[in-house]
Amino acid sequence: MSTTKVTSPHLPHHFDSIEQAEAASKLGMWLFLCTEVLMFGGLFVAYAIYKNMYPEIFFQGATFLDWKLGSINTVVLLVSSLTMALSIYYTQKAKSKAAIYSLWLTLCCGFIFMGIKYIEYSHKLHLGLAPGHLFSYSAEPTLQGLALYFSFYYCMTGLHGLHVLIGMILIFWVLVRAYKGHFGPSYFLPMECVGLFWHLVDLIWIYLFPILYLVE
Amino acid sequence: MPDSKINYLNEKKGIASWLFTLDHKRIGLLYMITVFTFFLVGGVFALLLRLELFKPGENLVPANIYNQWMTFHGAIMVFMVIIPGIPAFLGNFMLPLQIGAKDVAFPKINLLSWYCLVIGSLVALCSLFFNGVDTGWTFYTPYSIRTDNGTLWVVLGAFIIGFSSILTGLNFIVTIHKLRAKGMGFFKMPLFVWSLYSTAVIQVLATPVLAITLLLLSVERIMGVGIFDPNLGGDPVLFQHFFWFYSHPAVYIMILPAMGVISELITTFSRKTIFGYKAIAFSSIGIAVVSFFVWGHHMFVSGQSEWAGILFSILTMLVGVPTAIKVFNWVATMYQGSIKFDTPMLFANGFLFLFVIGGVTGIMLATLAFDVHVHDTYFVVAHFHYVMVGGTLMAIMGGFYYWLPKMFGKMYNESLGRITFALIFVGFNITFFPQFFLGLKGMPRRYHDYLPAYQFLNQLSTAGSWIIGLGFVLALFVILYAIFKGEKATANPWGATTLEWQTSSPPPHENFKQTPVVTGEVYEYH
Repeated sequence: MSTTKVTSPHLPHHFDSIEQAEAASKLGMWLFLCTEVLMFGGLFVAYAIYKNMYPEIFFQGATFLDWKLGSINTVVLLVSSLTMALSIYYTQKAKSKAAIYSLWLTLCCGFIFMGIKYIEYSHKLHLGLAPGHLFSYSAEPTLQGLALYFSFYYCMTGLHGLHVLIGMILIFWVLVRAYKGHFGPSYFLPMECVGLFWHLVDLIWIYLFPILYLVE
Repeated sequence: MPDSKINYLNEKKGIASWLFTLDHKRIGLLYMITVFTFFLVGGVFALLLRLELFKPGENLVPANIYNQWMTFHGAIMVFMVIIPGIPAFLGNFMLPLQIGAKDVAFPKINLLSWYCLVIGSLVALCSLFFNGVDTGWTFYTPYSIRTDNGTLWVVLGAFIIGFSSILTGLNFIVTIHKLRAKGMGFFKMPLFVWSLYSTAVIQVLATPVLAITLLLLSVERIMGVGIFDPNLGGDPVLFQHFFWFYSHPAVYIMILPAMGVISELITTFSRKTIFGYKAIAFSSIGIAVVSFFVWGHHMFVSGQSEWAGILFSILTMLVGVPTAIKVFNWVATMYQGSIKFDTPMLFANGFLFLFVIGGVTGIMLATLAFDVHVHDTYFVVAHFHYVMVGGTLMAIMGGFYYWLPKMFGKMYNESLGRITFALIFVGFNITFFPQFFLGLKGMPRRYHDYLPAYQFLNQLSTAGSWIIGLGFVLALFVILYAIFKGEKATANPWGATTLEWQTSSPPPHENFKQTPVVTGEVYEYH
């Protein structure tokens, strides 16, 4: 072969240019986010159907949740999205220190979110508001079928929490690479893709919070 | 070894060079081995089922074992054979070659998706240690929640296999968008690529819904959350809605790439430019779009509202339009062509013949009143076997014979190839055509027993299954013989025009010595 091409550690052998490779990765990431939306979409549809069928269960169920903790978690996730975006911004501006600090902040927000979630879960489990046949809450006044609300609560926040955990692992991975000096103004693709994932996780919470905590 | 003798098969040696390969061609072959192994297993189950149905009453096994065999036959054939069959095996191998790329966009994800299939299948097989599964491949609630056996394993297995499908689809969409050779606009892509694109869209958009459905079903079984359990206020019909929201588009994951293969075969062996290229390309997209709005026709008798039934009935009939467009264009391509009836073309014609029967009976089943009459009878069994086996399997076999010289650089024995077609085609019709009549007479599906009045047609059907079995055993022999002892194939034995035939057979590691530049149309026969 006579054509020589620019070699770079970030250029996979089967691409012609870095631009092409990065565009491909981003398109792949967006498609992956589509699959996430559709997966959560199934849960949201199920929620909408049962909320329609048994509105009173959902109204009563929501009174067991602490909207203050939920609000704090919402703010925490929003801040984490900001710091995630900032870390990319700083990387683009070649301020790797600031980028690393922002990533740490993002990770901390993740921990705070999970910590608050833990407090909420343990409080409810203590009351007997557990999922499925573990449900044992019987204090008055309890509507028959209240367990169904908590099934949704645990399925939706549980799956979301799992995504937060995965997001935190990914952020940690990006952090390690940032310490190793892999990123700079010309290459920050993994950071961007993890950022996209983190924003989606944030966005899903933005919908979960009102439909679980604020229905009346 | 001289440079020209090095190809993707002999470039590296050893089992690790296969298990950790990132070459799409090798991954394609890994899929080939997996898919055909499972096809063998699923096929043996099919033969056993037909054997049990040879006579009324209990012959081989009691009813609960029959139910497990039936579940395994269905689940294996759907999730491990027909869904990955064409896209992940033929598609993986041919897509980058056909668009002049060196590989798919994400080779590591490509390998990961194969591992998902293997691990998912192994998890599903674990159910054998937990009294098997007897729910049928659809896992309908509430039975799948109550039944005391290994259902959870198969559900989790299917969940993992779903990731395989999603990742393959994602990879293909990005590859098609970003890695086409210079000069290859969207309307210069081979039609197989168009069909893979439509398939990938369905894989990416529908499979996540199956994932959440199976996840909820697993949680239901483990914790009893009640979302699908009527005892706890849940709605089992919701499970059916969710399940078919994926599984109906999934049947187009099975048939669309098959249609793509047929487009290639018909134009190549008619030595004529394909008739209505754009119509065929757009009809693939059309089928993909409509496929998302027809799932309700599986629930005409499940208690969905009358209006929903009417709407789904009409929408389902719409599928017939793009499908018929394809069939007419294929026939028009053959008109006045110089047709050569080599084995792949025989399979393509077999496809046309069987698929039209499958398609037309599909329209019959879409008709609300008629469906209520034959719902859950052998009429439905015959219909979807005509589409899935008569359609997809015919295309897999035709495509495999067609691309075998490219994959292995060897030719198969043409006359033996034709005999395999004859056996499979004749056997298939003897097996499944009588089932239309059985269904019309009211024989319900999924039962291990039947009334003596149905005996003759059932015996015919069972005899047919032996002929199909013989056909596939012969095909296995022909293919293995070709791979190991076959005559050397030239780069382009069929005189086809698409890009994969411009490189050597088998292709080198990065597919083309010189990255191709496309100047003409895709099917230029003169």
